[in-house]
Amino acid sequence: MFGFHYNLERSAIGMVVGIVLVASIGGFIEIAPLFTIDETVEAAPDMRVYTPLEVAGRNIYIREGCYACHSQMIRTLRDEVDRYGPYSLAVESQYDHPMLWGSKRTGPDLARLGNKYSDAWHTAHLNNPRDLVPQSKMPAYSWLLRDQLKTDDLGDHLAALRTVGVPYTDEMIANASMDAFAQANPDSSAATDVAARYGEATNIRLFDGTAERLTEMDALVAYLQVLGNLTDAAHQPQTQEAE
Amino acid sequence: MIADLTRAERLRAMIILGVLTATGLAMAVAGRDDLLGIHGWVVAAAGLFGFFAVAGKRDLPEPDPERLNHYYDGPTRVGIVLTLIWGVIGMGVGFWVATLLAFPEFTFDAAWASFGRLRPVHTSGVIFGFGGNALIATSFHVLQRTTRARLPDQLSPWFVLLGYNLFCVLAASGYLMGLTQSKEYAEPEWYADIWLVIVWVVYFAIYLRTLARRKEPHIYVANWYYMAFILVVAILHIVNNLAVPVSLGSAKSYSLFSGVQDAMTQWWYGHNAVAFFLTAGFLGMMYYYMPKRAERPIFSYRLSIISFWGITFMYMWAGSHHLHYTALPHWVQTLGMAFSVVLLVPSWASAGNALMTLNGAWHKVRDDAVLRFMALAAIFYGLTTFEGSFMAIRAVNSLSHYTDWTVGHVHAGALGWVAMITFGSIYALTPWMWKRPRLYSAKLVEVHFWLALAGTVVYVFAMWNSGVIQGLMWRTYTESGTLEYSFIESLVAMHPYYIARAFGGLLFLLGAIVAAYNVFMTIRMPAPADEAATPDLPAQPVPVAGE
Repeated sequence: MFGFHYNLERSAIGMVVGIVLVASIGGFIEIAPLFTIDETVEAAPDMRVYTPLEVAGRNIYIREGCYACHSQMIRTLRDEVDRYGPYSLAVESQYDHPMLWGSKRTGPDLARLGNKYSDAWHTAHLNNPRDLVPQSKMPAYSWLLRDQLKTDDLGDHLAALRTVGVPYTDEMIANASMDAFAQANPDSSAATDVAARYGEATNIRLFDGTAERLTEMDALVAYLQVLGNLTDAAHQPQTQEAE
Repeated sequence: MIADLTRAERLRAMIILGVLTATGLAMAVAGRDDLLGIHGWVVAAAGLFGFFAVAGKRDLPEPDPERLNHYYDGPTRVGIVLTLIWGVIGMGVGFWVATLLAFPEFTFDAAWASFGRLRPVHTSGVIFGFGGNALIATSFHVLQRTTRARLPDQLSPWFVLLGYNLFCVLAASGYLMGLTQSKEYAEPEWYADIWLVIVWVVYFAIYLRTLARRKEPHIYVANWYYMAFILVVAILHIVNNLAVPVSLGSAKSYSLFSGVQDAMTQWWYGHNAVAFFLTAGFLGMMYYYMPKRAERPIFSYRLSIISFWGITFMYMWAGSHHLHYTALPHWVQTLGMAFSVVLLVPSWASAGNALMTLNGAWHKVRDDAVLRFMALAAIFYGLTTFEGSFMAIRAVNSLSHYTDWTVGHVHAGALGWVAMITFGSIYALTPWMWKRPRLYSAKLVEVHFWLALAGTVVYVFAMWNSGVIQGLMWRTYTESGTLEYSFIESLVAMHPYYIARAFGGLLFLLGAIVAAYNVFMTIRMPAPADEAATPDLPAQPVPVAGE
């Protein structure tokens, strides 16, 4: 073996080919089957897609780096299920490009945050967390209420998401900007269209409490309120019990 | 630097910089309503500045043909300076975000100054800015000495070094504006990723072209590691960053993979960024500078072979230990755990090989703080890989995951191993590169050593404590079967440790500033009169045991 290597290390190409081959095996065996084995992702016929407003909110969540301190992945451990709710299923992040499972909990897990608190609570909390939780270490995101949400290119965002596999229809893409506005304005005439396109369970509310402007706060709160509510799959009786 | 280029290379440089400027302008126009436009202007400004810098000196005489009898160290010298600058920036921002965790009010109502945007500036600043520049600078140096061949040309090493730093600037400035893919340690958006691929291909080509002209029949072990670093990082980077941009005028992209597949790909990348960027590359550094400084041959050629191929093979399986108890299929978790545990064998083979190399030179370790940096790095490498294998065990991971324990583990590796071996190597390299008889101050190296060690120990112990306390508080039940602590109670318990951590980080940062001062003062020392009199080639190869 060492005699073989004595010759191998005299060839640059030999080393290059060796490194690439040896390093590729692990990833190939662990990752490729995840795309082909059906049980990897559970079936959930009721799975909804994010609305344009929720997509915009998710992008704000990414922009501000919320994933650095909040996970969205409840592990199959008793204390996590007791604290946060049913453990996360793969199907729940099926349309998450990219996934936001996170790796650190400086703050609590958010996988089942949706509709746990009121919109007013979220708006006040994001504006200054220490107004509601005095010991909180979360930054104050006061600019979210000041900044108008950019909606004109949301159709392009939905189209890009469709390219990578999210089942948005042409109608959803064409009406993306209007739907984003309407979801945060329940009294507007287009609000019923949002429910028709994205499902009756869609939250159509004045997320930041004001109708006049569509703010970044509207989008982020809309996203936070749908976390864990895209499908009921995790609340069904589960075959595998928490350890 | 421009005087070193031949006239043909100056012309080629101007063409490259012209294309870069045009690309930047195209980005600025296409992305005028988007943050992409700002980065377009940054790229165009960098291209334009470079173009005029070269154009202004294009009529300088051709470089002396005698240069071909010397190694080409200009890029290494600039790389050392950039390493130190990025080190102080990256560690400075690290101290800042550590302070924010203790005192969250210091965001000053400014989006760019909030924790979520600053944190990737810290991680990318130290990993890619500090670590990456150190790897590029030392790899050019080691490659030439161990092959006894000069770099193939004068232009491509500058393209790699400066192009790489443009990537780092795009990354860090992007985070402050809110541009991120959210993939940890792969945050830069699609256009920066494409640019890095171009830079990386040229980097790899330099390696192959130099190796092709080598005067040593054998490729030295340090180069195996540098090559594994370059090759595997390319594979990881390309696969993990596959994404569809919203449009050519938008900085935003959506990753090709979603959910569980995306998570596995991300941590296959993330853990192997640790393996091939922060381990393989720096092992390459260690395999050259430690034996040189200790003036001892590597202890065992066979251990080198076993550990190299063991690390190259096994690390790629280990990423799934970041996803224990998640929605990732159980079989993948188990594979990741098993390989993570076995990985301890090649890891300790490397660490042991390094420490055994010091046998017979321990008196030098005692007297020479530069060598002591390297010895300490090998010790921390051994400790951290042991801790890593331990934390990858599913039952341990159930406690440690999501807590500060992970942060402590990462910093034991990053501060104790990566930064220590880098500082040791830079201290060894600086007098050679600037042809100075010695460093400006050996005392300051001693001061730096103790600051770095104290900072690392304070940091890691604070995070071990907070992590274990946090993990235990989350899972503690009362006698009636309900959870004992609310989440906020566990956060409050962290506060003193967050202050201690910031203090540890501050000590480490002060050490880095001392290092930067020492190196800059060394550069300013007067050069001896007979500088550059003797040609480098042929230089003495590092002896390899077993040959």
